Amino acid sequence: MRIDCPLCGPRDRREFTYQGDALALDRPDPEAGFGVWNDYLHNRDNPAGPTRELWYHDSGCTAWLVVTRDTVTHEVHRVELARDVKEAGK
Amino acid sequence: MRFSALKILKEGLTGNRGWAPHWRDPAPKPEYDAVIIGGGGHGLSTAYYLAKNHGMTNIAVLEKGYLGGGNVGRNTTIVRANYGLPGNSEFYSHSLELWEGLEQDLNYNVMHSQRGIINLFHSDGSRDAAARRANAMVNQGDDAILLDRDGVRKLLPYLNYDQERFPIRGGLYHPRGGTARHDAVAWGYARGADQRGVDLIQNCEVTGIDIEAGKVVGVQTSRGVIKARKVGMVVAGRSGQVAAMAGMRLPIESHVLQAFVTEGLKPCVDHVVTFGMGHFYISQSDKGGLVFGGDIDFYASYAQRGNLPTAEHVIEAGVTLMPMIGKAKLLRSWGGIMDMSPDGSPIIDRTDIDGLFVNTGWCYGGFKAVPASGWCMAHLMATGQPHEVATRYRLDRFETGRGLMDEEGTGAQHNLH
Ligand SMILES: Cc1cc2nc3c(=O)[nH]c(=O)nc-3n(C[C@H](O)[C@H](O)[C@H](O)COP(=O)(O)OP(=O)(O)OC[C@H]3O[C@@H](n4cnc5c(N)ncnc54)[C@H](O)[C@@H]3O)c2cc1C
Ligand SMILES: [Zn+2]
Repeated sequence: MRIDCPLCGPRDRREFTYQGDALALDRPDPEAGFGVWNDYLHNRDNPAGPTRELWYHDSGCTAWLVVTRDTVTHEVHRVELARDVKEAGK
Repeated sequence: MRFSALKILKEGLTGNRGWAPHWRDPAPKPEYDAVIIGGGGHGLSTAYYLAKNHGMTNIAVLEKGYLGGGNVGRNTTIVRANYGLPGNSEFYSHSLELWEGLEQDLNYNVMHSQRGIINLFHSDGSRDAAARRANAMVNQGDDAILLDRDGVRKLLPYLNYDQERFPIRGGLYHPRGGTARHDAVAWGYARGADQRGVDLIQNCEVTGIDIEAGKVVGVQTSRGVIKARKVGMVVAGRSGQVAAMAGMRLPIESHVLQAFVTEGLKPCVDHVVTFGMGHFYISQSDKGGLVFGGDIDFYASYAQRGNLPTAEHVIEAGVTLMPMIGKAKLLRSWGGIMDMSPDGSPIIDRTDIDGLFVNTGWCYGGFKAVPASGWCMAHLMATGQPHEVATRYRLDRFETGRGLMDEEGTGAQHNLH
């Protein structure tokens, strides 16, 4: 598995750490209640197929990335800087 | 048909013509009292104990592929009761007791071999953690012996004792731990359930769960609609997809765990050895292959195969611990889909939908749980109440924060176990 970092170019999976579903970018309001926070922290769609997740380029530029990846084939479709995704409100 | 030494002798002398299939291949009936989704170890043992302990025989197991084609046939077969936290301790202790009587109970040779497990430790801190765990095991009524370096050396002379990075200071020895033949466990439970009238329906994928007014009424399958007032979701790595059919999201992320086996060798590894610091564990199968593995790949996956970095990491750790295995040829590697829960402990519970039950979160350790999981899931489905050794396996513990069971002490968050 190789991930094409927008800053560093294509790099081996060893350079990156998986940080879970990209829903972490949509942190709920502190007062949103137990149910919403439970969904955010614990419950997952856990799809078999394309999914968006956070990867951290710790042995490279240390950027946080949003990777669109297929959990069945391990194919990486798209890599964006998490900052860009967050700022675009996507 | 009952298996016995006499039967084997007789068949051997008469051309082995008297063996019959171990279970029927029935067509699904339109309605059952209960259906279990998933014909892995846990689904089959649930069916067996529903029939045996609770007299529920008008039930079916629905399996999308063939029986035992999932993780139950892909694991490294380690069976142990060396947990440290209330909740897990009593559950796995009960499971090991069931293992010890399983072959007689099922009249099936599951090749349960209590060869002993040694968890190595390498520092004062890990020694203290091992001592604490050993005390928890003894308090639970199970067996644990703290070995010093010489004690380990007597049992495992082939390890590298001169290694500087993680010097071997001793080990936690659990003599009743060991291995079993994974396929045989699935087959034994399947045969036992079938003999009691349970329909085992293969090539039957559940594609929908029918719910009316908050109550489950049946399932949609690739072989038609099947009605049932009680439905158990027992699909391990596929829990997310099946729960979604009932509109649920679970605290589960599916990850890949790899394992490896070498060519057959003469007996050389007599126990199960775990090297936690290096993320490596090993045993030798009865065919002679060294069976070993390590950690999950640490990314979400349904591929049933992993990537090279983890393979490399596991093999490096193995060769560091016991250089002799560097000479063995690797025969195969494979992967399975693990249902990872946030605290690394399982869930056996009701859901908010009446009649719908969930059994999941086995992470990389659900093989040893097969007997107790089925026992407790059957109890829950039959009586509506959790079994006394599974009272802590609640689905809502993540929402409330009450009763989390984080054996590793790394936090009850995804991707930490
Ligand atoms: C490499 C590896 C090593 C492991 N080592 C150990 C070990 O040493 N010790 C240990 O205790 N545990 C170990 N485990 C974990 C253990 O194998 C699993 O936790 C356990 O087998 C999971 O439960 P199961 O047997 O019911 O799962 P499975 O056998 O995966 O059963 C689930 C079944 O559900 C079926 N299914 C899924 N979706 C549907 C649907 N929609 N309709 C119908 N059927 C469906 C699947 O086809 C499958 O047969 C290991 C796992 C792996 C992959
Ligand atoms: Zn980078």
